[in-house]
Amino acid sequence: MRRGSREYASWSIGIALVLAFALVPVLWILSLSLKTPESVTDGSFIPHHWTFDNYNALFQGGFSNGPFLHPLVNSIAIALIATAIAITFAAFAAYAIARLDFPGKTAILAGALAIAMFPAISTVGPLFDMWRSIGLYNTYLGLIIPYLTFSLPLAIYVLVAFYREIPWDLEQAAQVDGATPLQAFRKVILPLAAPGTFTAAILVFIFCWNDFLFAITLTSSNASRTVPAALAFFTGPSQFTAPTGNIAAAAVIITIPIIIFVMIFQRRIVAGLTAGAVKG
Amino acid sequence: MSEIVLDGISKRFDDGYEAVKDMNLDVNDGEFMILVGPSGCGKSTALRMIAGLEDITSGELRIGDQVVNQIAPKDRDIAMVFQNYALYPHMTVRENMAFPLKLAKAPQEEVDSKVIEAARILDLEPHLDRRPANLSGGQRQRVAMGRAIVRDPKAFLMDEPLSNLDAKLRVQMRTEVARIQSRLGTTTVYVTHDQTEAMTLGDRVAVMRAGMLQQVGRPSELYANPANLFVAGFIGSPAMNFMPATVSGDVVRLPLGEVRLDLSRRPSQADGRDVIAGIRPEAFEDASLLAADARERGMTFRTKIDLVESLGAEQYAYFQVEAGQLEAEELRELAEDAGAAEVPSSGEGQVVARISAESRIDRGDEAELWVDPTRLHFFDPANGQSLLARD
Repeated sequence: MRRGSREYASWSIGIALVLAFALVPVLWILSLSLKTPESVTDGSFIPHHWTFDNYNALFQGGFSNGPFLHPLVNSIAIALIATAIAITFAAFAAYAIARLDFPGKTAILAGALAIAMFPAISTVGPLFDMWRSIGLYNTYLGLIIPYLTFSLPLAIYVLVAFYREIPWDLEQAAQVDGATPLQAFRKVILPLAAPGTFTAAILVFIFCWNDFLFAITLTSSNASRTVPAALAFFTGPSQFTAPTGNIAAAAVIITIPIIIFVMIFQRRIVAGLTAGAVKG
Repeated sequence: MSEIVLDGISKRFDDGYEAVKDMNLDVNDGEFMILVGPSGCGKSTALRMIAGLEDITSGELRIGDQVVNQIAPKDRDIAMVFQNYALYPHMTVRENMAFPLKLAKAPQEEVDSKVIEAARILDLEPHLDRRPANLSGGQRQRVAMGRAIVRDPKAFLMDEPLSNLDAKLRVQMRTEVARIQSRLGTTTVYVTHDQTEAMTLGDRVAVMRAGMLQQVGRPSELYANPANLFVAGFIGSPAMNFMPATVSGDVVRLPLGEVRLDLSRRPSQADGRDVIAGIRPEAFEDASLLAADARERGMTFRTKIDLVESLGAEQYAYFQVEAGQLEAEELRELAEDAGAAEVPSSGEGQVVARISAESRIDRGDEAELWVDPTRLHFFDPANGQSLLARD
């Protein structure tokens, strides 16, 4: 009993340290976003003068003239579209890799892994040239395509791991019960792989949401610029003030969708959904 | 309801392993056929070929009058119960059982009534809205059965459906399966490695070894007239005892002594040869319990009893004989399957005799036992085939 409580205490301390390490910077950003431009550098954790000016400034000018609203919509749209496409393709690809025997299967997996490891920076220059000559520069599609390239391998890897956990017998049972392969996939495999699908979706969404490199290189205006890139173009109230408060406010705002996204889906990402399928 | 015909069916996997070799088997309409054999004998592969889950390398498979080699599992109109049940965990018991009907686009009323009826037969009515995760092993097993019977298929295929249950439940479900099958009268192919299940359930039993069918017949037939060493050793528990023997005329010289055989039990083409004799444990008896005339009909011998196991209704006495080395591939495989190869003291030369519960024989006694010569079996050591003329 005493050993148990001591263990409990040491775990609690450890977890508290990790939480502090992860959360203090976020809280600091939150604190910065609520400070007036004069007190940004005062070093106090809790703002002396609370203000929402930084937030108001972001939305001034609305959709067409403001610095933030249009990029925010771009970010949401591009990340959602890329996630949807990536998960759809990855679901089929991962199913084939996990279940079917076909020549070149290992080559595909190895290729996917190689692409995921590929330094994105080395593709940026060629993409910039190509996109400009074929008209994809500064478009949604121009960002979605490279996002797919890098997120598909990730999604496929996650989904293959989940599909492999699903007992093959279930699918065969469905086939004997009269299901076509597609019906078996849709009615048995997909519902059971839901936690994996949501995990992959969240990872892909965060990847697209956070990307700065492609967003800054392949866009030129708010027509398709996403928030991480737009932040770099923020200006202060005068040319002598850094837009620290505005950037902090924007950072807080773009963190919110991620938190919502994860909160909605975390309940689906519970293990044990397949409990009871098979014995043992 | 239909008959299932396997006509020269073979299965060779991509890696060259031949799991099933030229298998010929007719399962009659409404028959309960058991495929039994040690693990790796190809029985599950054979079943999965009938289901359509494995391609057939060569040969012809007919269900009803239709050749189904190239037909997808869903179009074969068969139902299968898997060893691990393969219930859909995201569906309730009701949805699990309704799944095949829904796929067949049956009207909702029919789905409901059939599911209710199956639930009634299987005693699952209180559990219809629970999920598989919350059911006990026996209940899950019954749901798997329910999913098979709702559809009224041409045939049931069962792949060791009881092997995941504990011993007591297994015996209960065994009678349950037999009851349901005879009630529905559906052609059934049932795979098991348990010879007790095979003997008690089947109308007929097909014994397989190393991808080859060894013998097909009614359980009593396999027991009384095994075609070869493997079937003899596999069917029956405790297993048949094997020992070397020499035949000269109508006399057989066993390590236990000499026996004179009457004509019907005399091995053919064995005069003067070394053979392998097989004696079931129940062919022995404690000689002191027998009347004089019964003793006269058999052979008595004295031996030192190593161990006596009392099961209440009967006892098993273990003793050693001078066996020498029995060389037969079948025996080696049987020993491996039973796990006996890993136990140094068992196997070679040990004999089990089933004796009456009244017997006073005890461990370490020098006892007199009796053996019934009409129940001896003889096998060719070269190929394991039975040397007794089959009736």
